[in-house]
Amino acid sequence: MKHTLHQIFHSGKFVLGFCIFIVILLIVMVYPVLFPYPPLAIIGQGTFFAPGIYVNAYDSVHAPKYTLNLEDAAAKRIASRLSEDDRVAMQEWLVGYGIPQGEIDINDTAQLLGLWNTHYDPKAQIPGLTNAKRNYYIRLDTALEGLLATEDAVIAVKNPETGALEAQGTIAQSDYVNVGQVANVRFLPLGTDNFGRDILTQLVAATRVSLQIGFVAGIIATLIGLTLGLLAGYIGGLVDDVIMFITNLFTVIPSFVLLILISFSIGQERRGAVTVAIVIGFTSWVWTTRAVRAQVVSLRNRDHVNLSKLSGHSIVHIILNDILPYIASYVVMALILQISSGILSEAGLSILGLGPRTTEVPTLGLMMNWAMIYQAYVLGKWWAYLPVLITIALITFSMNLMNTGLDQVFNPALRD
Amino acid sequence: MADRQVCLSGTGLTKVFGFGRQKTVAVDHVDFKFYESEVVSIVGESGSGKTTLAKMLLGLLTPTEGEIYFQGQKRDISTQRKRKEYWKNIQAIFQDPFSSYNIFNKIDAVLLDCIYMRGGRRLPQAQKVALMTEACGFVNLKFEELTNKYPFELSGGQMQRLMIARIFLLKPKILIADEPTSMIDACSRATILDMLMQLRDEIGMTLIFITHDIGLAYYVSDSVYIMERGKIVEHGSADEVILNPKEAYTRRLISDVPKIYEEWDLSTV
Repeated sequence: MKHTLHQIFHSGKFVLGFCIFIVILLIVMVYPVLFPYPPLAIIGQGTFFAPGIYVNAYDSVHAPKYTLNLEDAAAKRIASRLSEDDRVAMQEWLVGYGIPQGEIDINDTAQLLGLWNTHYDPKAQIPGLTNAKRNYYIRLDTALEGLLATEDAVIAVKNPETGALEAQGTIAQSDYVNVGQVANVRFLPLGTDNFGRDILTQLVAATRVSLQIGFVAGIIATLIGLTLGLLAGYIGGLVDDVIMFITNLFTVIPSFVLLILISFSIGQERRGAVTVAIVIGFTSWVWTTRAVRAQVVSLRNRDHVNLSKLSGHSIVHIILNDILPYIASYVVMALILQISSGILSEAGLSILGLGPRTTEVPTLGLMMNWAMIYQAYVLGKWWAYLPVLITIALITFSMNLMNTGLDQVFNPALRD
Repeated sequence: MADRQVCLSGTGLTKVFGFGRQKTVAVDHVDFKFYESEVVSIVGESGSGKTTLAKMLLGLLTPTEGEIYFQGQKRDISTQRKRKEYWKNIQAIFQDPFSSYNIFNKIDAVLLDCIYMRGGRRLPQAQKVALMTEACGFVNLKFEELTNKYPFELSGGQMQRLMIARIFLLKPKILIADEPTSMIDACSRATILDMLMQLRDEIGMTLIFITHDIGLAYYVSDSVYIMERGKIVEHGSADEVILNPKEAYTRRLISDVPKIYEEWDLSTV
């Protein structure tokens, strides 16, 4: 036993897979303790906020101010409001209006803006200007207002009695706040989804639920497969024929179709995470049965089994003591694969909208489903689906890697 | 001769594997009578059905046809309880000691099983240890060195001796030894044979040797059965069969035994 464990943990593949899996497991367990946000709370008004640090604007106005004189501050400020594309567009308009191209220097912001402010007229007829483009120029013109202003911004508060604005203070262009001193800062490393929910928190909760579904489904499938395989293989005869008949019947029916039909007939109302796990478990035991049976058939005529029979042991005792330990490594490997295929099955079902009902818990499949329904793929909101894909891929990859590692330890012929 | 009791006999015993074209008749209408406390050898080349016959005698395989009589009664092993009762009387030593043990069980478990089989489940621990020590002592093994060890930590000869210790504890009426020495080096072989004979003298059991080595059969047995392709072609006392063989097959088996001071006759091979 000790020797086997030693060998297993010397297999690079197994250790890599094991580490990835443990890291995922640790994140799933530690994250909710550190950040106890409810995973399905809608925090954002609007869809698909990009990943980033969200600093409360109201609080930063009142936060202590520090003056920092940074050289490139003005240039950055202008650049954030007037992009390179906008400058080219402005030049196009001016040229169309009749200004010679040589007089326009798009890198000189002051000169460009001067020309623009003197000549721009939203009603002017420019040849070849589409309506959409015209609206774009109108929007651009508004955005350019106060671009070169150097005055302080004034903070004003409405007087509750008269309704007049009363100046409270000013914010200079060189004023800074320390993010640490702003009361409300929320880091959204993966942004928000279509409902305005924090994706990272949701992803961690979903990984946890998906792993649970995978474990329940995998254990159910392995238990059914193991029991039937042991009985069919060891007892043989009529029992074997009946069990293999049923197993072959299920092999012929594609299990995913069966899964879809069962999930559909259960109905949205009663489809919780556990129900889905059980349904997956009950449709994926087939190949475990066949594999276990094949192993047992080769074991049942070995001398140590005969000796155990001669020692008067019962069938149950022989199966548990003389057969099961010999195929235990094989069963563990089958279990690992069943868990990972359980997670994949759940994702497949949920993408089709047949996963657990949506109000209580997120699962990896459900997150994919939401991203698909709200067209995150089309809109290019990668943070809504890419992290989910990577998580699914990492979980199944780590499990398959562990399986390959174990296979090489227990099947020396496969070692490279 | 007449006052000896028949302890195991069979009539028309047949075992067929497979159907149709793949049908193999492993044992073909075999009749035999084994008497109490004699040493019987069943000799034949590989594939002649010796091991299949042995497994049928042990009740590990069901015969396709024919009957086995145990102590004059038709053998009945239809339930687990009856099988257990039968196996108290008939035990086996297998050919390959390396695959005869469950590698997950300790040696103690192997020996304790035998004590339990003889109804010693409630014996005090000290008495169990005493029994196991005695059994190991009989085959020149030290129980103190074996306890808490796994069978695969022993050498082949030691494992086979442990097998004999098992039989010593069980004290069955019949022991079937299926080529017990073929996987063991020549030095241990004599020891094992010696111990088996000693054990037979001690508990008066019938010993059925399954072997391909006709020299060994002559050396140890009272009567010899020669098997060829599932059939028993010749049987009788060891002297009758080996010194005056009637069948060509028997003569061939005898001539195939290598002799040290003579040229080896390979013409019959």
